[in-house]
Amino acid sequence: MNLFLAAFAALGISSSIMVIRANNPVYSVLYLILVFVNVSGILILQGLDFFAMIFLVVYVGAIAVLFLFVVMMLNIKVEEKQESMLRYLPVGGGIGLIFFLEVVIGLDKEFVPLNLLSLGPSYESEILPEYLHWGETLAQKTGIEAIGQVIYTYYFYYFFMASFILLVAMIGAILLTLHNDPKVKRQEVFEQNAREFSRTIQKAS
Amino acid sequence: MSLIHSLHVSFVVFLLGLVGIYLNRKNIILVLMSIELMLLGINLNLLSFSVSLDDLLGQVFALFILTVAAAESAIGLAILVIYFRLRGTIDIEFIRLMKG
Repeated sequence: MNLFLAAFAALGISSSIMVIRANNPVYSVLYLILVFVNVSGILILQGLDFFAMIFLVVYVGAIAVLFLFVVMMLNIKVEEKQESMLRYLPVGGGIGLIFFLEVVIGLDKEFVPLNLLSLGPSYESEILPEYLHWGETLAQKTGIEAIGQVIYTYYFYYFFMASFILLVAMIGAILLTLHNDPKVKRQEVFEQNAREFSRTIQKAS
Repeated sequence: MSLIHSLHVSFVVFLLGLVGIYLNRKNIILVLMSIELMLLGINLNLLSFSVSLDDLLGQVFALFILTVAAAESAIGLAILVIYFRLRGTIDIEFIRLMKG
């Protein structure tokens, strides 16, 4: 299991490096898909099967395909990155390194009780006490069932807001990209219905 | 399954998204993809803590972050498409010309 985690993590991180460093945006999108697949593998290892499937469906099925459509549609040339990279790499890499070191040191220092967990399963019972949930022995729910029970009741307003965000995104995307081209023939329902048969047929003489 | 490893993965993915925004300033599609990477890292962080702390709120918020990520990428790509239709390029350097 740890081996799987290491494999997923290494593949995910290296392909997310390739996302930001690939020359062609199409390759970037494909590496982004690889990152999503690896992250959903990590989620499966954690037991979150519903979220792994949702990540695959939403991220790979919707977002990455949307990116791919746009990248293919815009027909962008492969640009040379060398100048830009040399200009931004010292500062950007330095800031990234500082943040990375901060996070790593922080994780190793602040989460010492959690870090002991990685030493082995024998430490686990000392740090996180295990309780016997008697309720779970009688009845237990799957993850998606628990989320559904909580999301439609306690977090109903958030759910409502999420639906409105999706509605606004849909209407906004349609409104932004709707292109009124006068050459394109559109359907005129009233005019087509009110058209008389005797006037439409004309004898060609 | 230890929490600390997946926390490392999520933080590194988040930071790679941040560095990607900084490094790829020219290409706005890569900037959008880097934002997706950052949201993915945050989602993984929330889900890991949700599993470790046995709290369902993290999973609920991960679902909502997923919603916001989908909406954001849809709107951003729509803006990108109309900008490309207007200018014929998506070079981010010329976006400041939109200023009136």
